[in-house]
Amino acid sequence: MTATSDREQMAYISSQAADARVNVELDTGDMTLNIGPQHPATHGTLRIACQLDGEQVIRAEPMMGYMHRGYEKLCEVRTYPQCTTLINRIDWLGSFANEVPFILAAERLMEVEAPPRAQWIRTILFELSRVANLALFLGDMGVQIGALTPVFFAFRDRERVLNQIEEVTGGRFHPNFDRIGGLKDDIPKGWIEETRSVMVKMRTFCDEMEDLLVGNEIFQARCRGVGVIPPEVALGYGLSGANLRASGVDWDLRRDANPGLAWDQIEWRVWTHPDGDSFARYWVRLQETREATHMVDQLLDGLPSGPIMAKVPRIIKVPAGEAYVSTENPLGEMGYYVVSKGDLGPFRVKIRTPSFNNISIVPWVMKGVYVPDVITILGSLYFILGDIDR
Amino acid sequence: MTTLLALPYWQETGIKLGLALAIIPTTSLILVYLFLFKMMAFMQSRLGPNDTGPYGTLQLIAEAIKFLQKEDIHPAQADRRVFRMAPVVVLGSTFLLYVILPAGPDAVVENLDTGIFYAMAVSSLSVLGILMAGWSSANKYALLGGLRAAGQLIAYELPLILAVMGVVIQAETLNLQEIVVAQATGEIFGFGGIGNPFIFTQFLAFLIFMIAAQAELTQTPFDMPVAETELVGGFHIEYTGFRFLLFFMAEFGTAFAFAALASVMFLGGWWIPGFDVDDNILNVLGPGVMLGKILLISFFIFWVRFTYPRLREDQLQKFAWKVLIPLSLANIVLTGIFKVVF
Repeated sequence: MTATSDREQMAYISSQAADARVNVELDTGDMTLNIGPQHPATHGTLRIACQLDGEQVIRAEPMMGYMHRGYEKLCEVRTYPQCTTLINRIDWLGSFANEVPFILAAERLMEVEAPPRAQWIRTILFELSRVANLALFLGDMGVQIGALTPVFFAFRDRERVLNQIEEVTGGRFHPNFDRIGGLKDDIPKGWIEETRSVMVKMRTFCDEMEDLLVGNEIFQARCRGVGVIPPEVALGYGLSGANLRASGVDWDLRRDANPGLAWDQIEWRVWTHPDGDSFARYWVRLQETREATHMVDQLLDGLPSGPIMAKVPRIIKVPAGEAYVSTENPLGEMGYYVVSKGDLGPFRVKIRTPSFNNISIVPWVMKGVYVPDVITILGSLYFILGDIDR
Repeated sequence: MTTLLALPYWQETGIKLGLALAIIPTTSLILVYLFLFKMMAFMQSRLGPNDTGPYGTLQLIAEAIKFLQKEDIHPAQADRRVFRMAPVVVLGSTFLLYVILPAGPDAVVENLDTGIFYAMAVSSLSVLGILMAGWSSANKYALLGGLRAAGQLIAYELPLILAVMGVVIQAETLNLQEIVVAQATGEIFGFGGIGNPFIFTQFLAFLIFMIAAQAELTQTPFDMPVAETELVGGFHIEYTGFRFLLFFMAEFGTAFAFAALASVMFLGGWWIPGFDVDDNILNVLGPGVMLGKILLISFFIFWVRFTYPRLREDQLQKFAWKVLIPLSLANIVLTGIFKVVF
């Protein structure tokens, strides 16, 4: 065989192969789309690996841990008062609410109880941080589905609440104000009147959100019937907070397992919604924000006088034992399981954060939805990245 | 009609083309400053830019300079030639629209007899550019955005054209200048003081045209292709620097052009009540009148943009095919009946 015919043969074979490649049916496999870790809808660093068929999600898997800061471990090398500085930063939008269950767990181990006035102020600040936290959600949900304006209203009005928190505690985001046995300080003069007027403004804000979003046809079309979570599934995945109540489960730790704060001494109600869709979650949070402002009003009315600090030793040593205290935080059930060996600091702290459980339902709820709905469902589940990864 | 200066055809056209080319950035500047910066800020209880120049008017110049300084990045996997061409195609479609916009009896680059038909044809060219951008970026978000844009723009092209049909039937012409004249010489129940702006007789068509234009411009509530919170910008996600600036200019330039088309077809265009339709003074006053009407219409476009959330892709398609197209067909039938009866 000559070299020429060799080349001809090779050319023939390769042309046959090229034809064969063309004739193979075009591969229409699924597309894997990584939403995140850097993505505006995850407001932080959450990654959701979606398998897409066109725009339909076949499988969605949340991957967390991009923001893990090791708070459980760090708490073990700190004293009890130092721990509150860290746990402030778990759910950074409602940080005072983070401190309360930890302090309550430590108090339970030490068998001290804060005086009534301290408990009432704790409750007020707790509800204020709930208003600040949920107000941002109410506006942010608008951005997730494309309405730009509500979030600016939310930032504007949340600032008023943060100002009130700052006036008492000295910190806008990280108050670090709760102490074992009471509070660092009393409330300043004139604060009660100011807070009342702020609460009126927050109720106006809730009305605005109701007009802008809840009553909007497009908002309803995008949210109603999207991401429906039935009550038994919600309970099975361990959802808590408004996500659970939006599925029609009447469960609120403030009423059902009050760890000694002033919630049982005022008039309020737990809001639920039977639908379990994104709209229900938004609606429940809107009602809760409004309810919280009414609660603050009542708490301000009935604020008892007296000391704000119980008798506790100067150097706090917590006796050996274990305690678990959880409260109804803005995002859901937040609990601290504190194990003490009688030292200055805890031996082990297990933090149960609501967002971690709330986000674990993502693979279930996102099966078969469209890409735009991924964003609405994520937005309505409402998680804080620090709360997932801690 | 007489020309102002007796120049050869090619010189005259050259001057007019140059003017049109200069007008696109200017109009985008006006819209962005007035609506995107200032109106949006006041609606959202912010101040908007206020440091650069008086009331922040020079902010845009600063932004344009910033964009020109940026590095021109091509993604490694990108189809480089198509990637570079895409913004030019999009801006080109905008530029072709400006050619037929009349601002006075003679103040128009080219008075085409098929004016409105031409406008609809070239405005749909931008789909091509957007698809090119989405495909060549080699980015999944861009691809999704490009495909969404293609689906949406094609779906809303139909009601847009069908809405225009009503006007065309009533004016009995495709020529934009003659549509203006038809409105100027029209009468409302025998009263000819303000002519007969077609917004009165073609109100349904006006609404459909504005909704479809909103979708064509990919403005909220129809901004699925660029949806910042899900597709992070969609088809122009990979563009930086002046290529992004071209997309940006095209977006607002097209908004201006569509507002101009709407004001020509529905609000009486450049004609001022009390003047003759071929009065020479209208060549001077006409552009001002047009600008006022255009700003009024763009105000509504941007008002909706800043207020509403966005629809989902399937809802968007459903709205086009099940609501807008039947409505615009009904409008054509009604217009035809009235045309025959009266």
